[in-house]
Amino acid sequence: MHRFFHELASPPHFYRLAGRLGPWFGWTGAALIAGSAWAGLAWAPPDYQQGDGFRIIYVHVPSAWMSLFVYVLMATAAAIGLVWRIKLAHAVAAGCAPIGASFTFLALATGSIWGKPMWGTWWVWDARLTSELILLFLYAGYMALRASIDDLQRADRASAVLALVGVINVPIIHYSVIWWNTLHQGPTVTRLDTPAIAASMLVPLLTMTVGFMCYFAAVLMTRVRGELLARERHARWVREVV
Amino acid sequence: MPPELPTALRLLLLRDLRLAVRRWGQMATPLMFFAIVATLFPLALSPAMLQLREIAPGVLWVAALLSSLLALDALFRADLEDGSLEQLLLSPQPLPLLLLARTAAHWLMSAVPLIALAPLLAVALHLPAQALVTLMLALALGTPVLSLLGAIGAALTMGLHRGGALLALLVLPLAVPVLIFGARATDLAARGEDPAGPLFLLASLLFLALSLAPIAAAAALRVSLD
Amino acid sequence: MGGYAAYVWSAFGLTLAVLLGNAWLARRRFAAARLELARRLRAAGGTP
Repeated sequence: MHRFFHELASPPHFYRLAGRLGPWFGWTGAALIAGSAWAGLAWAPPDYQQGDGFRIIYVHVPSAWMSLFVYVLMATAAAIGLVWRIKLAHAVAAGCAPIGASFTFLALATGSIWGKPMWGTWWVWDARLTSELILLFLYAGYMALRASIDDLQRADRASAVLALVGVINVPIIHYSVIWWNTLHQGPTVTRLDTPAIAASMLVPLLTMTVGFMCYFAAVLMTRVRGELLARERHARWVREVV
Repeated sequence: MPPELPTALRLLLLRDLRLAVRRWGQMATPLMFFAIVATLFPLALSPAMLQLREIAPGVLWVAALLSSLLALDALFRADLEDGSLEQLLLSPQPLPLLLLARTAAHWLMSAVPLIALAPLLAVALHLPAQALVTLMLALALGTPVLSLLGAIGAALTMGLHRGGALLALLVLPLAVPVLIFGARATDLAARGEDPAGPLFLLASLLFLALSLAPIAAAAALRVSLD
Repeated sequence: MGGYAAYVWSAFGLTLAVLLGNAWLARRRFAAARLELARRLRAAGGTP
């Protein structure tokens, strides 16, 4: 087991493994996403309250889940890189950021599109949406910090510290925003959440999430491979794979 | 704990305070900024008393938050420039505690005047008198958290080009809970209700920050200077 | 779709666009890194 991780952390090994696994994850993800989209759009019944408008949930909620999952993964990879000084971990953290930020953006955009027909405005200061917005700022800060530091090692380690501080703060920020939101409830309860949800509605949601996960794995592997090529350009193993 | 630690902390604190007092002009700028930002809102919205009273808690807190960001520049800059920051890293004393002392000195010199000025601006914004004590108490609890978070950000962005803007981007999202609880406490007090809830939440944020932030700031400082 | 068609389809469409865009950007970066590396190796005298 120890050898497995030791091997995994070696850049050339990971590069080759990711090269083989990537396409599998990619096509599986594409199939799951396509299937779930069909299921969400055509197969699942309309909501008795929101009609067909609520189908947006099938892209909104998985995006939101992924945005949070990726941030935690990014912080974990950063921590591993910081504590055990494993370069691959830093490359993974760097690769996660743009993908996670995209999911966050999607969650916000689809949430906004969902809100317009439901509550008449393009934006509501709903607890979940506001939390997502702050998460977007956290991603932006992480990427901006990385971009501002020329020295790669300092960039890796500084952004790792930031990611860790961020990940500890995310639950605090989230609960403070929920607390803030409950104080100012308007006449209509704006909940982009999923209340009691029927099984037939849950299935496309879960399969879409799994699809997003596979997609994320595929894209992350591509990004990490790109990072490794850029970081290890003086290493010998790189010559053989180019 | 080595016997010299309390002495070292006390000396560091006194040194920082003495230096800050000598450069008191530097501390005046964030204070002026606080007053100006608070003034912008009546100018942008309306001088009508009822409207101002509604937004006064929020305006005061946003202004305090932005002002504390500005003050963070003074935290490490001078010592970075003359090399004494590196000396701090070489000290046998635990770096997190040294940074805690440094941040405490910074807070004393930048936030305490702000807390003193706040009631003046609050009255100008027609915040009811019954809320003034809560405002100061909440600021007293919240501004140290901002200083501690700011220390992490300042350590991370040390020496970077356009570091100030980046610092703001990094620290402001983290400061949201302080803003929410502080403004809410002030608002409750303004309405004559009991602000104890958010004040306790602020206090717990403060304890959390006191215990964890110096460690993160020390790590950040080592990353930036090594 | 009960009048919600525009919203639902634009949400799904945006999702597709962002997902494809992300994948494309990642691939482009990777390809660029590879090209850059190959160029450097050729300039340095080829693969040993």
